[in-house]
Amino acid sequence: MRDKSLPQPEPGKDGFLLKVGLAEMLKGGVIMDVTNAEQARIAEDAGGVAVMALERVPADIRKEGGVARMASIRIIEEIMSTVSIPVMAKVRIGHLVEAEVLQALGVDFIDESEVLTPADEANHVYKHDFRVPFVCGATCLDEALRRIGEGAAMIRTKGEAGTGNVVEAVRHMRRVMSEIRNLTLMRKDELMAEAKRMGAPYELVKEVAETGRLPVPNFAAGGLATPADAALMMKLGAEAVFVGSGIFKSADPANRARAIVRATTHYQDPEEVLAASRDLGEAMPGLEIAQIPAEEMLQKRGW
Amino acid sequence: MRIGVLAVQGSFSLHARMLNAIGVKPVEVRRVSDLKDLDGIILPGGESTAFQIIMNTDDLGDQLHRKLQSGLPAWGTCAGAIILGHNKDGPLPGWSLVDIEVVRNGYGRQVDSFVAPLKVSGMAGDFQGVFIRAPVFLNPGQEVDVLAEFKDDPVMASQDNLLMTSFHPELTSDTRLHEYFVQHFCVRSDLGDKKSA
Repeated sequence: MRDKSLPQPEPGKDGFLLKVGLAEMLKGGVIMDVTNAEQARIAEDAGGVAVMALERVPADIRKEGGVARMASIRIIEEIMSTVSIPVMAKVRIGHLVEAEVLQALGVDFIDESEVLTPADEANHVYKHDFRVPFVCGATCLDEALRRIGEGAAMIRTKGEAGTGNVVEAVRHMRRVMSEIRNLTLMRKDELMAEAKRMGAPYELVKEVAETGRLPVPNFAAGGLATPADAALMMKLGAEAVFVGSGIFKSADPANRARAIVRATTHYQDPEEVLAASRDLGEAMPGLEIAQIPAEEMLQKRGW
Repeated sequence: MRIGVLAVQGSFSLHARMLNAIGVKPVEVRRVSDLKDLDGIILPGGESTAFQIIMNTDDLGDQLHRKLQSGLPAWGTCAGAIILGHNKDGPLPGWSLVDIEVVRNGYGRQVDSFVAPLKVSGMAGDFQGVFIRAPVFLNPGQEVDVLAEFKDDPVMASQDNLLMTSFHPELTSDTRLHEYFVQHFCVRSDLGDKKSA
């Protein structure tokens, strides 16, 4: 329970260090979507570093349609009381009250997610105002820097959630990494014009140009379904991976979860990824991106 | 000097960066073969359940446990400390190598995480203690030296070859605790090796 006598961090300074700090602790790990306590237990026992508490995994949201909202409090509470690892939950883009509710509930990380139906077509949540850290999706560097400007403490690729098709996550990660590399090649006097062109905060553009990395941890999400998918994203520069429908929509979730964890730790070692890829049972059925109508592409939500 | 950093998951690259900053070359440890010829090892922050489950996928957990029992110097920060002490909160128990109780997330969830200045025994000035879903250390045994406290509970403690902190020095730019670990724990093992040789 919360102890009111603990020091209260200042939102901008120590507060942001603590948020990014938790993201740092999740590096090299696998964050798994779960919809009930039993799945959360399986995720923890498989070596997951955190769980994302949801009412429906993205594949079902995609199939069933309708408005997708923050999960029911009962489900999130049940999951929080079941596992000792951090519990994340999703809010709709721009829904600052869903975020306040989850913070009051005590979830450890909030995903302001395009997987849910957006609540605001123009604005994302101002995340610096919260004590709980936020992760946001991005398809490119300028989108990532806008979210970090609003206070996101972790960025993940959007990919295309619920498809079991890693191609969009690959596209987004490659794009972010190559845009970072390009910034590092620019002269100082070119960065302001570049920030203007990108529509991204100048200070963050300058920081990325100097350090050659995002100011917050950079994770992969959206369509990962196999141990090799996880290892691929790590090789392309992801610092950890989210697996959504890929685990609990597969034939043998416990085994697949363990295998994805193993492949993520040992992504540099093909023998280990091979070992993790044996005897897994059927992966989730995949969706060809070209068959998804443009208006059903989740990655187009948010800007 | 070869200092390992357990690299199955967590803040291992931040610890490696700190070691590099004090002129020590870090060795990332993911497999049993990486444990060879180490003068010390850091068990970083992260999720202790994930560390243990991943280490148990092969023999790494058992081999590391044995090395620590036979004197390999180790420093556990947060999750790493949970593995070193007495802990029963997770799916797998801690290794009980340091006689101190460790309560996982004892200071609360992420919204309760905090930063506080700490007085470390024998160190001038404050050390910035970054506590993230931190464990609480309780009831240190007689063999345990408490090196720093917060609100009357230990937050840094040692016993023989093992050092533990419930906070994260690797999230700061202050390398003093990394120097302390190398000089007071790992250099000693160099001398020990020479004696036995």
